Amino acid sequence: MENTIAVKVDDLTVAYNYKPVLWDIDLEIPEGVLMAIVGPNGAGKSTLIKAILGILKPIAGSVSIYGKPYEKQRQLVAYVPQKGSVDWDFPTTALDVVMMGTYGSLGWIKRPGQKEKKAALEALEKVGMLAFKGRQISQLSGGQQQRIFLARALVQNASIYFMDEPFQGVDASTEIAIINILKALRKAGKTVIVVHHDLQTVPEYFDWVTFLNVKKIATGPVKDIFNDDNLTKTYGINYKVSIQE
Amino acid sequence: MRFLLSQEFVDIKEYIELVFTDYTLRTITLGTAILGAVTGMLGSFAVLRKQSLLGDAISHAALPGIAIAFLITGAKDTNTLLLGALVSGLIGTFWIRGIVTKTHLKSDTALGLILSLFFGFGMLLLTFIQKQPNANQAGLDKYLFGQAATLVESDVWTMAIVTGICLLVMLTFWKEFKILLFDADYTKTLGFNTKTIDILITSFIVLAIVLGLQTVGVVLMSAMLLAPAAAARQWTNSLSVMVLLAAIFGAFSGVFGTAISASQNNLSTGPVIVLVASVFVAFSFIFSPSRGLLFKQIRFIKNRRDLELHKTLAFMYNIAETHEDISHPHAIKLLNNFQGYTRSTLQKLVDKDYVKIDGNMWSLTERGFETASNLYTKQSTEDE
Repeated sequence: MENTIAVKVDDLTVAYNYKPVLWDIDLEIPEGVLMAIVGPNGAGKSTLIKAILGILKPIAGSVSIYGKPYEKQRQLVAYVPQKGSVDWDFPTTALDVVMMGTYGSLGWIKRPGQKEKKAALEALEKVGMLAFKGRQISQLSGGQQQRIFLARALVQNASIYFMDEPFQGVDASTEIAIINILKALRKAGKTVIVVHHDLQTVPEYFDWVTFLNVKKIATGPVKDIFNDDNLTKTYGINYKVSIQE
Repeated sequence: MRFLLSQEFVDIKEYIELVFTDYTLRTITLGTAILGAVTGMLGSFAVLRKQSLLGDAISHAALPGIAIAFLITGAKDTNTLLLGALVSGLIGTFWIRGIVTKTHLKSDTALGLILSLFFGFGMLLLTFIQKQPNANQAGLDKYLFGQAATLVESDVWTMAIVTGICLLVMLTFWKEFKILLFDADYTKTLGFNTKTIDILITSFIVLAIVLGLQTVGVVLMSAMLLAPAAAARQWTNSLSVMVLLAAIFGAFSGVFGTAISASQNNLSTGPVIVLVASVFVAFSFIFSPSRGLLFKQIRFIKNRRDLELHKTLAFMYNIAETHEDISHPHAIKLLNNFQGYTRSTLQKLVDKDYVKIDGNMWSLTERGFETASNLYTKQSTEDE
């Protein structure tokens, strides 16, 4: 069961100018894992996700989703961008943003109808934001905005979720709410890939981890590879994380 | 005074009659109204994409196109000249994009560069044309500040058709426009070709700018794009309402601007239209209920006062709490220990029936005690 590969990355190399941001990444992500991508600032964590999703054009390499090229499998993939990547003063409501998650399956020109609205309301309920559906998005707190982004991805009803730092700048209660949703997704057999900063919570939240610093350092089950050796290799200094066991 | 007012009233009535009967005035009014509507509509997209300066660069970049079109054809046919403007405006736009994507330069640098380069070249060509013996050359410089009086019926038809197409495309691709404006990266992951949507929006912005060159001119054209949209943003939190409002503000700017310039001799129409649009902006910035400066300030002051009042009440609550009997009187002197205390806040608390005063003693009422204790619980739950 565990052996189905959901995402396969081959020889992925990305450069912004002259310096490579990602170098020759090979990665296999098994279906049904909740995976953290960790690494220092500038390690290329967000870049890796963006390159996999075709937002950035890689210099070399290929990505396949369940054995087929990503372009043919888009509907299986949902993306939660960094909260800070959009202007939250945009004139729209929470419900409207979540509805955008249905645009992909609608395709060009077709407008969202009752079915799409119902799906969006359900997603809002899942993230505990139903009461805020009509709220102008600039009037939401950082944690609430993050939940809206999460709901927008949930509406897509994808098999694989890519999330770029969903815990950044949210309070403790939102963090718990979000991780519970991610764990529920895994339980439902979905694959969830998260760019993560807080090393302390990796063993508690995730069952799979990838160490990244321009090159891939290691990838595998948290219980096998989340150790001082890999942390030191990734972060360059003698990094000690006390894992209580 | 009274006489003057009624005199003006008659003038306005006469003017409105004139708009419907006088051919020239009707053409110009209709033209500027349509122009204002279409630029306001498309300007909303430019403002929300944070591409406010793009309009300025495009309109300036159109100038050499006008000059070159004249040099090639030797005639001053409006449509030919505007076609030239369209081509050079588009070239300018693509150069700006090229500079931003291919070099380290930021977009404001690229915009400034293209704007001055094209405008400078355009001015050079204009002076060159003026030195030519061709008698036809006079009046090309009207494209600098525009001249609404040169509008003829066919120009208005061109504007109306372009506006109609633009409206149709906008309604068709509304969903795509909206999501691209909000979150371009995400749009890409949904499988939309963001480049196509982007080119569609930008092309229409260029088209609208070119349409306005004859009326408002190269230098002021970007204001037509930005002012109605900036004003509209103040009044609504919905994209569709914003676009609609911007179109209305733009159209009214056109109509009022034309009226003012027509009734006051020798005022050139383009700048007056832009000034009217600016009045819309200023009014909206100050008086919008949710985002305007005035109400923001009023809310700010009111919040501060409420907070002061609550703080004082909380301080009194702390004192009253030490006694078993909550309405036990205490000396007003005690309140001087509290920094935010003033006589007027005390009076306000009395007015609200939270506090009773007896001589120089005060005591909390039942209501005041309840409100104060609620303040505490409210604060601790609001912290999430």
